[in-house]
Amino acid sequence: MNRITFNFLPHLACTACLLLSSAPTAQANQWQDTVYDTTGFEIGGFVDTRAGFRLQDDANERDSSLGEIRLQLEADRDYDWGHISLKGDLLHDVVLKDSTAELREISLLLYPSDNMDLKIGRQTLTWGTGDLIFINDMFPKDWQAFFIGRDNEYLKAPSDAIKTSVFFDHYSLNLIYTPVFNPSTYVSGERLSYYNPATASLAGRNARITDEQPDSWFTDAEYALRLSRQLQGWELALYGYSGFWKEPEGVNPLSGNYLFPALSVYGASVRGTMGGGIANMEMGYYDSRDSDSGSNPNIRNSELRWLVGYEHEIGHELTGALQYYVEWMQDYSDYKSNLPAGMSRRDEYRHMLTLRLTKLLHNQNLIISLFAYYSPSDQDGHLRPKISYKISDNWLVDGGANIFWGEDESTFWGRFQDNTNIYAGLRYSF
Amino acid sequence: MKTVSLTITLLFLFLSALPLQAEDKTDVAAIIDQANLTSYYQGQDGRADVTLTITDNQGRVREREMTILRRDVTDGGEQQFYVFFKRPSDVRKMTFLVHKKTSGDDDRWLYLPALDLVKRIASSDKRTSFVGSHFFYEDVSGRAIHEDEHQLIETTDQYYVINNTPKDPGSVEFTSYTVWIDKTNSMPMKAEYRNTAGNVYREVEVLEVQDIQGYPTVTKSRIRDLESGGETVSSLSNIGYDISLKESIFTERFLRRPPREVR
Repeated sequence: MNRITFNFLPHLACTACLLLSSAPTAQANQWQDTVYDTTGFEIGGFVDTRAGFRLQDDANERDSSLGEIRLQLEADRDYDWGHISLKGDLLHDVVLKDSTAELREISLLLYPSDNMDLKIGRQTLTWGTGDLIFINDMFPKDWQAFFIGRDNEYLKAPSDAIKTSVFFDHYSLNLIYTPVFNPSTYVSGERLSYYNPATASLAGRNARITDEQPDSWFTDAEYALRLSRQLQGWELALYGYSGFWKEPEGVNPLSGNYLFPALSVYGASVRGTMGGGIANMEMGYYDSRDSDSGSNPNIRNSELRWLVGYEHEIGHELTGALQYYVEWMQDYSDYKSNLPAGMSRRDEYRHMLTLRLTKLLHNQNLIISLFAYYSPSDQDGHLRPKISYKISDNWLVDGGANIFWGEDESTFWGRFQDNTNIYAGLRYSF
Repeated sequence: MKTVSLTITLLFLFLSALPLQAEDKTDVAAIIDQANLTSYYQGQDGRADVTLTITDNQGRVREREMTILRRDVTDGGEQQFYVFFKRPSDVRKMTFLVHKKTSGDDDRWLYLPALDLVKRIASSDKRTSFVGSHFFYEDVSGRAIHEDEHQLIETTDQYYVINNTPKDPGSVEFTSYTVWIDKTNSMPMKAEYRNTAGNVYREVEVLEVQDIQGYPTVTKSRIRDLESGGETVSSLSNIGYDISLKESIFTERFLRRPPREVR
């Protein structure tokens, strides 16, 4: 919906890359200064090229998991009454063999009064305290980008929304209205293989998921709310959401298409410093409104999700962080009794641990990091080692791996086990 | 006659007071207190554009450009800092907020605009590099006075020379450091850090002081890593004091949406 296809893009992106990279830094800044002086717009962006491939055969997918060149351009302008932001990507994708233009931001920020901000348009939205675990952040993600080695920026997909923020005393209230449902980009078989419960096997591009998205303006709207305050360095927040599961967590029994069932979330979080580190806790109750208290086997049950985390410096320029996360399925006995024969059964509790290690070296220009998900209950996990080096203020090179494993093909991480891949990228920022 | 003698007495007293005022201070705590106020607490608040030029031990140069806002909660005590990054482009529009405490850990937040993500940053180690430069967080926001024992080791024509030893040696990488404080304006002009072997391995030097709105202000300084050979030069411009920064600027609202004062 947000994508337009072009074919001249690779040439354009390459030309831009060559032009920009051949210009010395001072000159590169100069043209941006000229644009700023004449139009008031601040310009920036990057050219990024990356490639990745699978480390094992996947009967359902190509060997190559990533191959692309991307140009991102960003423009910003300040006015007395507000701020305009524009950000767009031109992408040539070798794996999917197409070129696309994608608008990542087009927004208008207004200051209607001293204690109110209003942001209208396409924008990236984030809140909550989890580190790569999202409980109350019900804004769209791009899991496909996250699993193939694109920059972390692309994990967050933009929303078309109106964000109203009101500030009074120590409280702030954010209300986000999305007039029509913005789903996440999930693993659909197009590029990454997944587990198909109907056939009880892994599937890929020959059996892509077809879904039915709620797409009626205003009736299929999403509402997200956060009330937060600071209390002696602690951030406390309450959350509410009304909309749909962001990934297809239901099946239409007639068509076999995947569905995005109705969902409400009620949650809370707290974050602050403790013992020289950062501690956080977050919970959310996922009310799967169409699951009929667990008696509808085609729709995911309601859940209670809970997270606790702690981050601390464990050495010089070395940070470690641990999280424990649990999903508790509600109405489990109904789920068990209504589960069709032959379907793999989920546990009532899904436990997960995450570990993050980040080491900075050479004046913080070399970053070595690892993020690991491990579920002792599902016996599966996902490892994300990464290394990046800033060659200069403009050039950055990075590489890493996305490793998936699982005892069982049907579990959360186990279903991606044929997608284990490595990647490398080169970026020129201007 | 009486009036005359009183006048003479007063005059004498006044004159005798003069050399006393110009006499060297001997109270090390007073010298350190004044130096701390001069370096970190000028005015009620302030702003500056800062350029850090980082040269590594192989001569490669990197630059960081940012605007820093500062607001004192109490003079000599708690402070708030707001940093808006301008260059290089990979950090453009990132913002950084610090609520500096005099005891306990500071509160730090980093905002990444591409993800709309507000990250809380652990701050137990204040002696880590600030944005990859040779400046430590503590060099930017000031080291709490009560963390060191201070000893006045020499008074020259120009400087008070003070030796400082950490009360908790395990929390820092130095065993002691010596500071040269200008007697006329209480500005620390140079600091040398020594390691366990007693060698100076790190040197902070003020290269330029300007009078801004009546406040002596360091506009150029340099930190040299004498062990590995790199250095960072910090240059300040567009400096202003007492600009009536609101307390609300130093909150999540403006972390996500940079205020006009930094744009």
